[in-house]
Amino acid sequence: MQFWEVKGILEAEVLWEPVDLQLEIEIAQAADLMSDVLSQSMGGELLLTGLVNSQVIRTAEMVDIKAIAFVHGKRPDEKTIELARIKGIPLLTTRLFLFEACARLAMRGLTGSSGTIW
Amino acid sequence: MQGKALEWAYEIEGKDFRNAGKVSSKVKEILKELGFDPAFVRGVAIASYEAEMNVVCHAEKGTLHFAILPEALKIVVEDQGPGIPDIALAMQEGYSTAPAEIREMGFGAGMGLPNMKKNTDELNIASTVGKGTVVEMVIRPPLPRE
Ligand SMILES: Nc1ncnc2c1ncn2[C@@H]1O[C@H](COP(=O)(O)OP(=O)(O)O)[C@@H](O)[C@H]1O
Ligand SMILES: [Mg+2]
Repeated sequence: MQFWEVKGILEAEVLWEPVDLQLEIEIAQAADLMSDVLSQSMGGELLLTGLVNSQVIRTAEMVDIKAIAFVHGKRPDEKTIELARIKGIPLLTTRLFLFEACARLAMRGLTGSSGTIW
Repeated sequence: MQGKALEWAYEIEGKDFRNAGKVSSKVKEILKELGFDPAFVRGVAIASYEAEMNVVCHAEKGTLHFAILPEALKIVVEDQGPGIPDIALAMQEGYSTAPAEIREMGFGAGMGLPNMKKNTDELNIASTVGKGTVVEMVIRPPLPRE
């Protein structure tokens, strides 16, 4: 599904839009633990998280996360958004809580990556 | 890579969470520019970042040495810090001495060292309590396809 569809489904606000306006999102991961992202991501995911510090962007950069959606109305500070801009990682923020954000995306066909890890 | 070694060294500041990750970002950029396979670059970046974060989280300061050797990449991270009293214990999944403020940032789950092992071909740790730690990682690129 396209980044813009994700935005619509999550009723999200775009904090930083993708350079590639056709950006395709195929898989997603939800985590508040960056340690989990570092050990469980397969790369290319949309990351849903309630954490908004700059290490979220750094972590996303290392594992090749495609886009980040902050849940629960969370919003990173300007410096963190700037880092995402530099790294080319688009950002969304939604008022939905984590479970509902995931559930909505899953109902529309987005899948996780557990199956590819085990 | 005609048998010539390319080497870099970067300083890492302990407790500087704003800049944590800059060094591994640099390592990743260099490898990308040199045209290494993206999946390989990703694994190196993860191992490097876990090692860098350990200096930021657990030590006072350190240096990351990064070398592209003819057959492998080598990353050596040496730090001045408390050292690791029991390396076998520290290697166990879930073992962590990270304080609450580090956990609140999403780290300190005790998965860093195991993840470094997973993403490298060789991982060697030497540590002196009260002095510091040296983490050496060797990662071999996938063989080029015919
Ligand atoms: N560079 C280091 N200096 C001192 N202690 C370290 C260092 N790296 C790791 N450790 C110790 O080993 C433990 C496990 O490390 P790790 O697996 O990376 O988990 P985490 O960093 O999440 O605690 C740490 O909690 C810490 O006690
Ligand atoms: Mg760690």
